Order: sequence, then structure tokens, then C-alpha cells
Amino acid sequence: METSVNNPEVTRSTTTLRVTSSIKPPEMVKANRLKRSYRQIRTENIFRKTLIVMALAMLVLVVGVMLTLVVQSIPSIKLLGVKYLWGKVWDPVQDIYGAYPFLLGTLLTSFLALIISIPFSFSVAIFLGEYYPRGWFSNLLKNVVELIAAIPSVIYGFWGLFVLVPLVRNFENKIGVQPMGIGIFTASLILSVMVIPYAASMGREMIRMVPSPLKEGAYSLGATRWEVIRTVVLPYTKSGLFAGVLLSLGRALGETMAVTMVIGNTSLIPKNIFSPGNTMASVIANEFTEAASPVYLSALIELGLVLFLVTVVINMIGKRIIKRFTNE
Amino acid sequence: MKLIKSITLAGLAIAICAAMTLQSCNGGGGNASNNDSTKTEDNTVLGAGSSFDNPLFSKMFAEYNKTTGLKVNYQSVGSGAGILQLTNKTVDFGASDAPMNAKQDSAMSGTVVLHIPVTAGAVVLTYNLAEVKDTLKLTPDVLAGIFLGNIKKWNDAKIAAINKGVKLPNTDIIVVHRSDGSGTSNIFTTYLTKVSKEWETKVGKGSAVNWPAGQGGKGNEGVAGLVKQTPGGIGYVELAYAIQNNMTFAKMQNKAGNFIVASVASTSASANIQLPADSKVSLTNTEAADGYPITSFSWVLIYKEQKYNDRSVDKATKMLKLLQWVIHDGQQYSATLNYAPLPDAAVKVADNILKSATYDGKAVLQ
Repeated sequence: METSVNNPEVTRSTTTLRVTSSIKPPEMVKANRLKRSYRQIRTENIFRKTLIVMALAMLVLVVGVMLTLVVQSIPSIKLLGVKYLWGKVWDPVQDIYGAYPFLLGTLLTSFLALIISIPFSFSVAIFLGEYYPRGWFSNLLKNVVELIAAIPSVIYGFWGLFVLVPLVRNFENKIGVQPMGIGIFTASLILSVMVIPYAASMGREMIRMVPSPLKEGAYSLGATRWEVIRTVVLPYTKSGLFAGVLLSLGRALGETMAVTMVIGNTSLIPKNIFSPGNTMASVIANEFTEAASPVYLSALIELGLVLFLVTVVINMIGKRIIKRFTNE
Repeated sequence: MKLIKSITLAGLAIAICAAMTLQSCNGGGGNASNNDSTKTEDNTVLGAGSSFDNPLFSKMFAEYNKTTGLKVNYQSVGSGAGILQLTNKTVDFGASDAPMNAKQDSAMSGTVVLHIPVTAGAVVLTYNLAEVKDTLKLTPDVLAGIFLGNIKKWNDAKIAAINKGVKLPNTDIIVVHRSDGSGTSNIFTTYLTKVSKEWETKVGKGSAVNWPAGQGGKGNEGVAGLVKQTPGGIGYVELAYAIQNNMTFAKMQNKAGNFIVASVASTSASANIQLPADSKVSLTNTEAADGYPITSFSWVLIYKEQKYNDRSVDKATKMLKLLQWVIHDGQQYSATLNYAPLPDAAVKVADNILKSATYDGKAVLQ
């Protein structure tokens, strides 16, 4: 290709344009260009290395946390062994510890909360994603739902203790169960309110990203709105919705303050859904400061390790399911 | 233009914040409990431990600072954590509602820790029975039966027998205990261990135990809140807390057979016994005829040998003088805050213990 550099017919003025820097001989120009390139290469390298360091730092942090948990729970593991996982007694006086009641409490409250919150979060997601994706009402609802996530959990605990517990007590009176008000049911109710925003926000984003041609095609074939949502939108966003649900579950598993105020804090196995129970996070929060003996402290840290592992396992299972959804 | 405006606004905000913090640092000189600006390290004493003592210590240390200028920084982290910090030598003194147990002693690896009683407190049983107008009476057996889950209804024969003439409702008894480890639980379970064989074998005593019945509330406020909201609820809280919140609490029968109303006077009366020389005694189920049975001293713990971690003799003297003031002149602030002042016998024993503290082998106080 002929460029102006080689084309002799392009007139080039011999007087060079006055630029800010003085006239440079060709070798210096070449050297400058090389220097700029070297600087650019160096900057690129530094940027890449910084990113790698940050990512490794995250990895080191998580592995460090797990290592600390494992190392500090060794005294308890040595004393109690694997029986800790299905031991039913938590007795600090005789140094007998078993995580089973708390494991049960955590899983019960989290999954119950998830089941209660899923209809609400999916409804909000579909409403905001399909019916009202734009407009002042949509913005208002979206902000309110995100505000639910922003409220500190202690406030949920207070609200639960003073508003929800009497309501549940009246309900329990009506159905003939011992009217304590607090218990696994109340804790699940509060948790379900707290985890709605996670699935709702993620679901809304996913549903908005469904390509219009897909939906238009279904409409043109005569599908109604509900049929379009059921057969086109939801299958398309299956994995995204499930990821949102997983996020909600993760939050529910680890929630401490709101749960510890309304769950009743008994270390006995819950008899039914209305009896008091305890979760792993709430036991650790309650008993950590006064855990005087080293075995007690180590048992509590081992409980934290169990909670950590449960969260990891559930996340891994969730990711497998998402992968299977996306491959279909 | 917009940039300059936002920068000036930000600068103004920072300047205001800085001015406020400087103001609070300078103007807060009289409030000694939690301010941290110290001129010399020797003029601050660090303590940590029982949350039960916290209101009393705040008042006492503020007053002491007014007269001597010594700043005391007390963290109310709980008896167990306080003992742990003393073991790690991160604080000058610890405070605990119970003497150190065998496990905590062994963690000290032979170093002697002095226990100095500074105040006494009581644990009361608060209940929620709107229909019952008179104060309920409880005996040790009935109390143990309730908390073991054996006595399930309020109109049970055993409760009616000691409360003749009181119409008790047919509601379930809903037991409320502490969900967090605490000195209050320690005092309560120690008492139950002494008066009930079944409790001793089944549950035992400690700051956190395996409660056979009932639900847990976090802190005094958690227990009080749950009892207030649950008709038929019964729970245990500190006397000071119960008085300040106008709660109804039961009369307890003590070892001599008298039904005693918990108060500052009856707590002091229960402490009016012969103390052993190291003052490690449990006041629960006291022998005193008019003493409330569920009480306990609260101790300040210090190392006997004050020379460790490059502490100066000056600092040790300052701290011991502080403690001496606490057990003598400081007691005048107890009654208004609903803490029981130490009886004379206890003050004498505490004095002797303080005088046995040494620095490099030589006694610090004369």
C-alpha cells in the first residue's frame, strides 16, 4: 500500500511544523518511541502482577482462615473425635460436646427460610423483570427490596422480638402448641424476610437479560404472557435464578444476630418446628466470650469449622447444579 | 467549579470532625472510664472482666480519677475473658464473679493470683404471672424442680403448698435461662448444685451449662425481655437489674428457713460470714439467718508478685492504692447503684490480702 511516506508525489514541506518540543534527529525519535514502548510494557506488567497479587491474597486469606480454624480445633478433635458431628449433648460442665442439635437447627432454619422466601423473591423478580422493567414504580420497588438487604440484622432481631414473637405466640395459642413465641419457626420467618433481596435482585437482572427475539417469537406464536414466562423466560434464566437462591441460602446459613434473638437458644434437639432450638452461629456468638476452659473454646472453634465446611459443601453442590442447568 | 466546591465541602467536613474529636478528648478529662488519652503509661491502669461489676466500677473509677487523676480503663468483656486476659498479662487486674476454677488455675502455671472481694451481688427470680398479686415464695426444692423441668405447671401441688392462700393459674411454667456464658449463671447454678442432689448430678455448675429445660435469652436484658413477654415465664436476673427495671421477683427461702426478700441489705447480711484468708468462698446458701441465699462476692484478681513484664513499682503501688480505696472509701457508691457494700469482716480480709502483694519480694503497701 502506498503511504505518504514513500509516495514522491505527495508534497511535503521541508519546514517542519513547530511543535512543543524541539526538532529531534531520527535516532532520538526512534529511541523515544522505544522508551515509550518499554514504559508501556512495564506498566502492563506491573498491572498484571498487581492483579495476580490481589487474587492470590484472597486465596491466602480463605485458606488462612480454614487453617486457623483447623489448628485451633485440634484439642477438641483429639478429645472428642468424629463423634462430635452426631453428638447430641452440649455440656460445658462435663466437657461433652456434640454439634448435632446445632447442625440440625442451622439446616432447618436456613432451608425453611429459603422455602418461605422463594415464592416472594421469584414473584418480585418476574414482576420487576417482565411487567415493570422501567418507570418510577419499578425504581421504587427495586430500591425498597434492596433496602431490605441493607437493614442491619440486629434491627431485624429487635423487630422480631417485639413484633413477630407476640404474633407467633397468638398463632401457637390458636393451634394448641405451647405458646412460647420464639423458636425455629419464628427464626425461619425472620430469615426468609432477610434473604428475599438476594434472589430477587439477581433474578430480576437475569430476567431482564432474556433476548427480546425469543420472547417475541413466542408471542407471535400466540402464547399468553404467563405462557411466555413459563416456557421461555424461566427456562432461559434457570441457572441465574438458582444462583440467586444459592446466594440467599449462603446468607441464611451464616446469619447470627437476628437468629440468636428469636430462636430460644436451647441445646436440645428441637421436637417440632415450633420448639426452641439453636444454630451454630448463634451458639458461637453467645458462648465465645465466657468460654473459660481451653477444650470449651476449642469445641466452639470446631463448631465454626463445621459451619465453614457446611457452607463450602452447599456452595459446591449448588455450583454443580448450576453447571448442569447451563449445559442443558 | 464543581470540583472546587466539592473539595471545599469535603475539607470543611473533615475539619469539623477533627475539631469535634479534639473537643471530646480535651473536654472528657473528668470521665475516666473509657477515655484513652494518657500522658504517661504509668498513669493508666487496665482492667477487664465481669460485666456485673461494670456500672459500679464506672462510677468508682470516675470518682477516683477526680481525686487522684489516675485513669482506669475497664473493659466489660465477661468474667471468663477477664481471667484469660489476666493470664496473658494484657491487663493489670481482672474481675470475676466466681473464683478461678481448677482449669483456669492450671493455666496460670503456678503463679499465685490474689482474689480481692470488692462487692457482692444477688440473683433474683423474676416471673410473669399477671393474676397473682402477692409476691410468690419459693423454696430450694421447688426452684430446682422448676428448672429441672420436673414441675411443669404453676398450680402444681408443691408450689401451692408453700404459697398458701394464693390462687395460682393453670398455666405452663416457661423457664428462661441465660444463653450466653455469664457469672450470673455461675452464681445461680452453684446455688442449685448446693441445694439439689439431682441438679448436682444432672447439670452441675458453671457459667454455661446444659440446661435441661426452657429457653435462653442473651444477657440480663434478654432474660428479662422474654419473661416479661411470656405469660407464665420465670427467669433469673441480677438484683440491680431487677430493681432498676421494677420487676417482680420471688422471696427465696434460705438455709435457716426464712423467706427473704432480695435487697442490698439482705445481700450484705449474707456476706456477713467468716471468710477464709484467701477470700475464695461461695456465699450461696449462706448460713446467715437474714441473708438472701443466692448471692456472691465479686472479686478483683491481681498477681501476687507484681514484678512482671517490666511493670514499675510505681505502677504497682498506684494500682494497689486504687484497690485499697475501692474496698474502703469506694464502697459509699455501692448502695445507690444497688450493689451491696462489703461487710467489715470482708474488708478486713481484703485488706490483709492486699497487703500480701509484693514487688520483687517486698510488700508494696504497708
